[in-house]
Amino acid sequence: MNPEASAGLGGLWAIGTEHYLGLSLILFGIGLFGVINRRNLITILMSIELMLNAVNLNFVAFSYQRGDLAGQVFSVFTITVAAGEAAVGLGILLAMFRLRRTTRVDTANELKG
Amino acid sequence: MRDLLWLVPVLPLLGALANGVLVPRRATEKTVAWIACGSSGGAALLALGVIADYLRSRSPQPFELPLWEWMSPGMLSTSGAGGAPARLSIGFGLLLDPLSVVMLFVVTFVGFWIHLYSVGYMAGENGFRRYFTYLNLFLVAMLALVLGDGYASMFLGWEGVGLCSYLLIGFYFDRESAADAGRKAFVVNRIGDFALLAGLFALAGRYGTLQFGELGARIAASGEALRSPYVLGLSFAGFVALCLFLGATGKSAQIPLYVWLPDAMAGPTPVSALIHAATMVTAGVYLVVRSNAIFQLAPEISALVAWVGGATALLAAGFALVQTDLKKVLAYSTISQLGYMFLAAGLGAYSAAVFHLATHAFFKALLFLAAGAVIHALGGEQDLRRMGGLSRKLPVTARTFAIGALALAGIFPLAGFWSKDEILAAAASSGVSGHWALYGIGLLTAGLTAFYMFRAFALAFLGTYRGDPHAERHAHEAPRTMALPLLVLAAGAIGAGWLGIPTALGGENRFGRFLEPVVAVAGTAGTPTEHAISHAAEIGLMTLATLVAAISIVLALRLYRGGPVRGEAIARRFPRLHSLLANKAWVDEIYDATVVRGVWALSRLAARFDGAAIDRGLVEGSARATLAGSWVSGLFDRHVVDGLVNLSGWLLDRLSLSLRRVQTGAVSNYAFALGLGAFLLVCLYAVWR
Repeated sequence: MNPEASAGLGGLWAIGTEHYLGLSLILFGIGLFGVINRRNLITILMSIELMLNAVNLNFVAFSYQRGDLAGQVFSVFTITVAAGEAAVGLGILLAMFRLRRTTRVDTANELKG
Repeated sequence: MRDLLWLVPVLPLLGALANGVLVPRRATEKTVAWIACGSSGGAALLALGVIADYLRSRSPQPFELPLWEWMSPGMLSTSGAGGAPARLSIGFGLLLDPLSVVMLFVVTFVGFWIHLYSVGYMAGENGFRRYFTYLNLFLVAMLALVLGDGYASMFLGWEGVGLCSYLLIGFYFDRESAADAGRKAFVVNRIGDFALLAGLFALAGRYGTLQFGELGARIAASGEALRSPYVLGLSFAGFVALCLFLGATGKSAQIPLYVWLPDAMAGPTPVSALIHAATMVTAGVYLVVRSNAIFQLAPEISALVAWVGGATALLAAGFALVQTDLKKVLAYSTISQLGYMFLAAGLGAYSAAVFHLATHAFFKALLFLAAGAVIHALGGEQDLRRMGGLSRKLPVTARTFAIGALALAGIFPLAGFWSKDEILAAAASSGVSGHWALYGIGLLTAGLTAFYMFRAFALAFLGTYRGDPHAERHAHEAPRTMALPLLVLAAGAIGAGWLGIPTALGGENRFGRFLEPVVAVAGTAGTPTEHAISHAAEIGLMTLATLVAAISIVLALRLYRGGPVRGEAIARRFPRLHSLLANKAWVDEIYDATVVRGVWALSRLAARFDGAAIDRGLVEGSARATLAGSWVSGLFDRHVVDGLVNLSGWLLDRLSLSLRRVQTGAVSNYAFALGLGAFLLVCLYAVWR
């Protein structure tokens, strides 16, 4: 897995780092859009996962390009933290549902100035 | 022995401390009396030893005992003579020279016997302890006065005796008249002290020292320079001499400040004997004699001293003629005799003045103590019109009183004869213009003195008793502690004059020779021991004076042995003269109308000024100013400072109101802001990389 190896595929359809970055950007944008636009907490959590994974993709892409494993190690950490995040997020979601019988975040707006 | 001189004033000081502070309140009169008499007697014995030691050495050199430095050089500096700065240096020490030997002997000797007398006189009185504390304290101050080696230490004693005099005149302070008399004495003395201080400041300012020895040398060195004009048309010597003399008129009860002494008789009689006859009132004479170097450089002031002395002698003798209070007679007599001393001092006969001072101390103390014995025997009666025939009841008192009166009248060979003769001879032989007038005054006063003394003697001791018969039955001879001092002082009144028998009568005038080192500086009025007139003329003058005195005595005895009736008849024949004398020439009233009223008016004016300008003007004004200032400051506070605070609060409030809209509470809005922020950060990074 080095740049020469990837270059070995060659040709017009050869997949380079920029393709990974483009995919990552698209995934991140979708995730961000979801976080901002969706009202359902579950969807928002899922969108956050999407953003995290876009970042992971970034890490891995650069790691591959530079031949530096630190990026992959980092993405493994990110996945671990994301699991924790999902657990905490689902916990909050459960608590919220028990309290309000809904998971729509636009109803949780009492902390306004 | 001489080195123990310091112990002489310290002993009575210890006595005063013991009686005043240390001895418990329940101590008996006996303890108090032993402490007081023991300390004063010890001081007298010690003084005798010191004097004997001094006389044995036969050196005219004064013995100086500097004790400590009172004001060290550099503490104060003055402009000095001729603009050269002089550093003021004042020491405190004791000085023993012929003059202070005489004073030391008189003060301790008479002081001790009067202490002893007081034990009997004051027995059973309230304030026995207080009395002896003050009396011992007086001795301390008087010894500081006569032994001080400079004007500063002398002044300390000078004020000390003034204080003790005030305390003892007002001893019966529950009587208003006694309290008033004490106050009067103090205030009148302060007037004189003010002048004295001015003189001392002038001296200290010019010479930077107040020690007698150093000052004498420097005055002698400056000599004629002191005669150049200084202030008020006087030379420096004249100014200082005038100031010192004014101080002396206060302490020694001379015109114009004599008015306190008759009132001072409100004190206990032994106090009158010790303070207001024998010792304190002679301090003025001592001062003048001590400063004779200055007075000799100021002949005009010396003449003033002589004339004031003569006038006081005559006037007071006149007042004494008509007094009905036994003690007042003696008080005016004292003033008159002090006038005699000043008369002599003013004529330059300083040793004669001191001689008369010493003899007078004996016989006047004796007279007062005898009068005290009479008053004691009669339970407080002082009015001569209510006495009479007491010689049968009080033989010792009567005899000693007669001896004192004869001595005062100047009858040969008693003490007063010698000293009075010295003064009259000095007046006759003086070179001062008008000295025959002064001699005439002296002679007339001698006659008056003899007359009023024997008037008092006849009214008190001869004839029949005219007072309360109850008091006569209780009249008793003085107890032994009172009789003994009478006898001792009577011996002094007889013999004290023999020390100064003039050459005209075959003596040596040892007293005059003894004092010569102190008083004979560049003779201005002839040497003090030898008179310019012949011995025959001097004997003639003596005979004349004695004759005048003898005739006055006989006259007084004949007029008054049957009581005051014939005297009163004469008084009715000269009503104007009598009322002039009986009312003491209205001097008290005149002083009251002018000086006292003047001071009152000034005080009222000052009080009004105080009320209007100080209280209402300054104090209330400053309060008002503070109020106004506070009001302005309050306005500023309320409107400017508070306004700023409120403004900042209001601004924050507005800002918060508009900013609260951002907090929608919708999580998606926050997420959007977060995203936007991140985007902007990335953009910023991209732009400014």
